Amino acid sequence: MPAYSKAVMDHFENPRNVGRIEDADGIGEVGNARCGDIMKMYLKIDDDVITDVKFNTFGCGAAIATSSMATELIKGKTIDEVLTLTNKAVVEALDGLPPLKVHCSVLAEEAVKSALVDYYNKSGRAKPKALEDFKVNGDAHDAPTNS
Amino acid sequence: MNIYFDNAATTVCGDTVANAVFTAMKEVYGNPSSVHSLGQKAALALDRARSDVAKLLNCEAKEIYFTSGGTESDNWAIRSAALTGALKGKKHVVSSKFEHHAVLHTLNRLEKEGYEITLLDVYSDGIVRPEDAERAIRDDTALVTIMYANNEIGTIQPIAEIGSICRRKGVPFHTDAVQAVGHIPVDVKADNVDMLSLSAHKFNGPKGVGVLYARQRVPLNIFMEGGAQERGRRGGTENVAGNIGLATALTEAVENLEANAAKTIAIREKLVKELLKIPKSRYNGDPEKHLPGVANFCFEGIEGESLLLKLDAAGICASSGSACTSGSLDPSHVLLAIGLSHEIAHGSLRLSFNEQNTFEEADFIIKTLPPIIEKLRSMSPVWERIQKGGK
Repeated sequence: MPAYSKAVMDHFENPRNVGRIEDADGIGEVGNARCGDIMKMYLKIDDDVITDVKFNTFGCGAAIATSSMATELIKGKTIDEVLTLTNKAVVEALDGLPPLKVHCSVLAEEAVKSALVDYYNKSGRAKPKALEDFKVNGDAHDAPTNS
Repeated sequence: MNIYFDNAATTVCGDTVANAVFTAMKEVYGNPSSVHSLGQKAALALDRARSDVAKLLNCEAKEIYFTSGGTESDNWAIRSAALTGALKGKKHVVSSKFEHHAVLHTLNRLEKEGYEITLLDVYSDGIVRPEDAERAIRDDTALVTIMYANNEIGTIQPIAEIGSICRRKGVPFHTDAVQAVGHIPVDVKADNVDMLSLSAHKFNGPKGVGVLYARQRVPLNIFMEGGAQERGRRGGTENVAGNIGLATALTEAVENLEANAAKTIAIREKLVKELLKIPKSRYNGDPEKHLPGVANFCFEGIEGESLLLKLDAAGICASSGSACTSGSLDPSHVLLAIGLSHEIAHGSLRLSFNEQNTFEEADFIIKTLPPIIEKLRSMSPVWERIQKGGK
């Protein structure tokens, strides 16, 4: 098994913002059960600010920890700020991930972006440039994402 | 506190074994190839270890080759039979889909070198059918290699039947018996086996020591060039202390085999009965043709590595066949071979135990596991879908 940092173990043992938001403004789901990771992210957005975020994740320790950390990093932030969030920021905030687990952080970034895309689609507002070309493909395994 | 239920991965060295190894290292340190008395003392001790092992497997001492473990024995046996076959134009090997990687990866390599490989199905009960083996054997088959018992789900294969078919057809038969030896009766004559691999650390012996049994009539190539050790087929000064440890551990395991199995089976039955009360759980593999100390479960809607981490935090050591624990994209090839979906295979848990485990430990697992599964399911989008009746 990979050696996880203390921060990863903390977020795995005590994940922040676990749950669902029934009246979410945006919901994103990425990954697939075939590969063993699925992340589902729920956003509440008010005046371009992420006022609440919850997640559900099926996956390994790193998948749960990166989801948890991603929610911490975006809560209370403006959409513009959130759009600059990369998987690297998640990895750094967790004091690193074993190489085989870096794809989990990519999934976390994509879960957030995918929820934002859903928000723009639902609200009918024009997507910011950063989301125009967004496609969920980040699973480093190169696996199909919708099987 | 450590509740160790990962004995199919490795076992703790028993006191008798550890003492035997320690004593050998300190007192029997001569080189068995040396002429002087210390050397001869080591040679005698090594001979005794070899004949002890031979007796326990029901073969001759000269049919026992000490190796570095199961992986080496598997590699050696398969390579040797493949090379011998190729000399007669036979370049086909029959095996099964759920062999250990020591076998499967060796076969992959042979395939790249121009051999044809047929991997038999193992069916949902985790058992190879002798009639499938018979059908797969061709005129150019150089070897049949089928594991004695599976390391992940613990199912026991019809080795004697397959061996008898191979004997009748004149095809060499090897079995990877790493999980079986020391846990269920293994007799190379009754099992019609030509070659057999075993590993000491699976039955409370030291790591890095194993045996390849090769029947006298079966040609065995040189594995490593060097001195005349292991009848000239595996050069290098023998691991005298380790081999003594192997023989000591095997003697203990076989002497106590029935009593150990009875206790271990009782632990297994308890675990299976109680853990299957967890909703959407399943037990993998035929429950009867089964090693005493392995129980493999799947719990839908959760992933194996996170389960192991939570169990570890509770003091329980176990293993899983999820992709994250196998270090690859796919979950265990064994669970896929018995027909489980990727999704379900990711949620597998292997508990493996022996006579040193207690019923109290089993009770602790039975008490600890359900709330962990519940917690992981409560945050799993897959479980949410299962609850809603979708996929």
